[in-house]
Amino acid sequence: MTALLKNKQTTHEIGLQGRTAVLDLTGAMYLPDEDALLVADLHFEKGSSFARRGMMLPPYDTRETLIALSDAVQRYSPRTVIALGDSFHDIGGPERLGDEERTTLEGVQSGRDWIWVTGNHDRILPESIGGQVVEEMELGPLTLRHEPQEGAGAEVAGHLHPVGKVVMRGRSTRRRCFLTDGSRCIMPALGAYAGGLNACDAVFKPLFPKGFTAHLIGTERIFAIAKAMLCRD
Amino acid sequence: MPKASASLPPVFRQWFESRGWEPRRHQLDLLEKARAGRSVLLVAPTGAGKTLAGFLPSLVELTERGGKTREKRGLHTLYISPLKALATDVARNLETPVQEMGLPIRVETRTGDTPSHKRARQIERPPDILLTTPEQLALLLAHREARELFKDLRRVVLDELHSLVTSKRGDLLSLGLARLFTMAPQLTAVGLSATVREPDDLRRYLVPQRHEPSPPLWGRDGEGGGNGSAERADQPVSAVPPSLALPHKGGGEQDLADLVVVQGGAEADIRMLELDERLPLAGHTASLSMPAIYDLIREHKTTLVFVNTRLQAEYTFQELWKLNDESLPIALHHGSLDVSQRRRVEEAMIAGKLKAVVCTATLDLGIDWGDVDLVVNVGAPKGASRIMQRIGRSNHRMDEPSKAYLVPANRFEILECRAALDAVHEAAQDTPDARTGALDVLCQHILGMACADPFRLEDLYEEVRSAAPYAGLTWEDFEAAVAFVATGGYALRAYERFAKIVKGNDGLWRVRDARVAQQYRLNVGTIVESTMIKVRVGRSSRSKPGTVLPRGRILGEIEEYFAETMTPGDTFLFAGEVLRFEGIHEDEVIAVRTSAGTEPKIPSYEGGKFPLSTFLAARVRAILADPFEWDRLPPQMTEWLLQQRRRSVVPGPRDLLVETFPRAGRFYMTCFPFEGRLAHQTLGMLLTRRLERARLKPLGFVANDYGIAVYASGDIAARAARDPGFMDELFSEDMLGDDLEDWLAESSLMKRTFRQCAVIAGLIERRFPGQEKTGRQVTVSTDLVYDVLRKHEPDHVLLRAARADAATGLLDVRRLGMMLSRIRGRIIHKPLDRVSPLSVSVMLEIGRERVYSDNADEILAEAEAALLDEALA
Repeated sequence: MTALLKNKQTTHEIGLQGRTAVLDLTGAMYLPDEDALLVADLHFEKGSSFARRGMMLPPYDTRETLIALSDAVQRYSPRTVIALGDSFHDIGGPERLGDEERTTLEGVQSGRDWIWVTGNHDRILPESIGGQVVEEMELGPLTLRHEPQEGAGAEVAGHLHPVGKVVMRGRSTRRRCFLTDGSRCIMPALGAYAGGLNACDAVFKPLFPKGFTAHLIGTERIFAIAKAMLCRD
Repeated sequence: MPKASASLPPVFRQWFESRGWEPRRHQLDLLEKARAGRSVLLVAPTGAGKTLAGFLPSLVELTERGGKTREKRGLHTLYISPLKALATDVARNLETPVQEMGLPIRVETRTGDTPSHKRARQIERPPDILLTTPEQLALLLAHREARELFKDLRRVVLDELHSLVTSKRGDLLSLGLARLFTMAPQLTAVGLSATVREPDDLRRYLVPQRHEPSPPLWGRDGEGGGNGSAERADQPVSAVPPSLALPHKGGGEQDLADLVVVQGGAEADIRMLELDERLPLAGHTASLSMPAIYDLIREHKTTLVFVNTRLQAEYTFQELWKLNDESLPIALHHGSLDVSQRRRVEEAMIAGKLKAVVCTATLDLGIDWGDVDLVVNVGAPKGASRIMQRIGRSNHRMDEPSKAYLVPANRFEILECRAALDAVHEAAQDTPDARTGALDVLCQHILGMACADPFRLEDLYEEVRSAAPYAGLTWEDFEAAVAFVATGGYALRAYERFAKIVKGNDGLWRVRDARVAQQYRLNVGTIVESTMIKVRVGRSSRSKPGTVLPRGRILGEIEEYFAETMTPGDTFLFAGEVLRFEGIHEDEVIAVRTSAGTEPKIPSYEGGKFPLSTFLAARVRAILADPFEWDRLPPQMTEWLLQQRRRSVVPGPRDLLVETFPRAGRFYMTCFPFEGRLAHQTLGMLLTRRLERARLKPLGFVANDYGIAVYASGDIAARAARDPGFMDELFSEDMLGDDLEDWLAESSLMKRTFRQCAVIAGLIERRFPGQEKTGRQVTVSTDLVYDVLRKHEPDHVLLRAARADAATGLLDVRRLGMMLSRIRGRIIHKPLDRVSPLSVSVMLEIGRERVYSDNADEILAEAEAALLDEALA
């Protein structure tokens, strides 16, 4: 595993509202000035949410998401971790969390400030899940919230699960991505079963009137791709 | 001597006589078999009166039984066809004798189009004979009234059995058949089939397979005796030992249906269309042959022109009409056309109004098309049996010879046509091996059975194993399938409380609630259509130059995944025109017509859906390897092969020729395994991975049915010169180990295969047209599921099902494996200074075929570089 990671270039720096933001291969973002790690749309327990409706998806999505989360936390060892909403796929999610997963989550949380920003999937979070629950918050020059707000100033948000599709000479790939214009950043979903919305979708347009750069998460590193290079689905 | 028809009731004898007919030998044979309670496989060429033979025993029995009893009766005869249209057609043909003889018999069809009130009535008051499809049978068997409906069933007739058994539909049907035999022990089955290589495979399919008695479960711990099933029911499931009983190998006549073979009449009059002009080295359009084909159409009464792909169909149709000065009624029939249009063509054909139909495999199956007296097959034949079945369409009186022409479109296809002609001459068959029943289909069936009736696990296991494709099913696999249906079958038992089927205190498994049964009904079937997307012509905007508006007409549909690989500006061939892809707007591909003479950049998709058969491939290699055989080839071909021998080498029948040569600053490697494009694509993927590791910087590859060409910026020949073992290592069988595993992790073909298994097994719901855009919260991508499952439970039943499919399906791994073992120590590497005649043919595919690569980072790096270029400009 370590040998594998050596080849990987896990981090990728961008500027966000005059500060440095480190984009991580897991889909997390680290802000060194605030010593804070941001993650979005973890969608814990999406698998069991589907199972309730008769679609028995492999019950390993929460584990898989936690592996990515702890990986990022270990790399930066941040003082604060902020989850930007939809951390659980539904209101019943925290209750369905398996014992092993609960223990892993507690391990990741321990020794740092943990903040859950609420999202449309998890408007209410039980106290037992640890950390602090907020609707939105300020962090340095940035507002952190779940749903991006048109016209708002500098913000980091999730909710939309952006993915970018690139086609080069008949070969195509579709990857999760960060979208940013230098002042706003929409983060990719980190949840193992979280699907994606194409960055060319109309909903992104009013959020980035001057266009954006997409930072697509590849296998070994993150790639900065011009909007013009992205294709619709 | 009594007349052969003496065994028929008088009304039948009179009917035959009134038409001046004599019942045929095999028709009476089948009647006799039915009276003796035997199941039977009837192998007969087209025009032998197969359908009537299949139904005659039922008609006689129903007539003898009479319509006197007023009591409610179940179905007497069930007829299963692979095509809805065929079922309808047969029903129509059956109505004629029933009406003319005034028989007291009710014949009905049941398809997806049957209105719900009629469906309900068919269960309430069943007809005597019901004609339907495998999917509709599965739905009927999952019905709560199934037992009542089928308890009196005497006969099941399976039409076009040779085509049904080669797919997962055949697996599903075999399980349905096993259930029918359980519910109606007096049942006999009749299979109607074209000639196949192994008739015994089909004979097994038609009757329940018996197994050696399982070891007595209760005697395992030395507890002795006990009286069978009552005790077994008390055993908890996990305590049931795996039955080690193997299928009853060579188990005598009881495990085989009887066989009745009708020999074909005169030998087919079949030849290759030879032209004076030179055929191109690649391409599939056969444009040079069109005038000759047109002349043939003119000289015959009705001609069927078969082609391999929809695009070829479009092209051929247009070319023929360009020549059609006499305005002969020539029609087009293929799967992308609107259904109503296809029906119009079929009706005109039956009415004898058409001179010719250009068609794809959609007309392969046995609908009676009237007086076809010539079949023309354009392009590669691909398989011997397939071509024989197509030729058979041209002869509806079996004592007259079928007449057919094979039309090669390029020089390699000349070889393939030659090999096919030889095979037809020897009546050599190459139909595929019998299938091992797929696990995803089993999962679907188990849920269906739970919807019908509560079941005991052991009973269902025995029933399932009586179906030939599942005869070797282990108890472990069966249990895994049941566990999958119940809770997903994961090692982490997280979903017990959501189980879809549950075991009651009585030891019986039953479906949890009506909602689960509803889910089953929506999901039934094994055909997972690739999503199609409409192609609309766009118009340039007048007010905003450079903008294209979606205002033109719809040309047809293409596969969504094909559209996904295009980028605005790409050109492709569709509906006989070169179009430029502009983008996707409201779920439609918007494209504009390009100016004349534009070369399509991505001109083919799903090139030939069928890869070249192993059998024909071996024959092609043999012809190639033997210069004495070259005499039987057209001169242009011989000349080409002689050139190849001068410039490089012509490989022996078991050899693999690898050529390397530089060209335009790149280094090329070509090889010719002749194993079909699917196996070649997989080989290309694995070779590029290995070349990557050898730091030879591969750039891409193309594949066709005969060979592949890989291009790299590293000098492959120089490496092989330095390291004599290099080629052997590059092509060594161990590429099917870690390299294959690594590739499968990210392969889009593997993910597509997994998705199909997931849908069939019922892991996720089927997507229906118009239901796609339900939002990202409701749907889940099976690609993500594949990644997670592969990591946490690599041996899960669904992954095993997907790997089994990959072995023979889109990845054809099994065939690749056989090839690699065949060529071990037989690689002939020829370093050349320029391209050889043989290699030209596959090099011509560059630019014609898509370049395959699944390496996301490569694609992204290229896109990123484009951004830098922009910044520096």
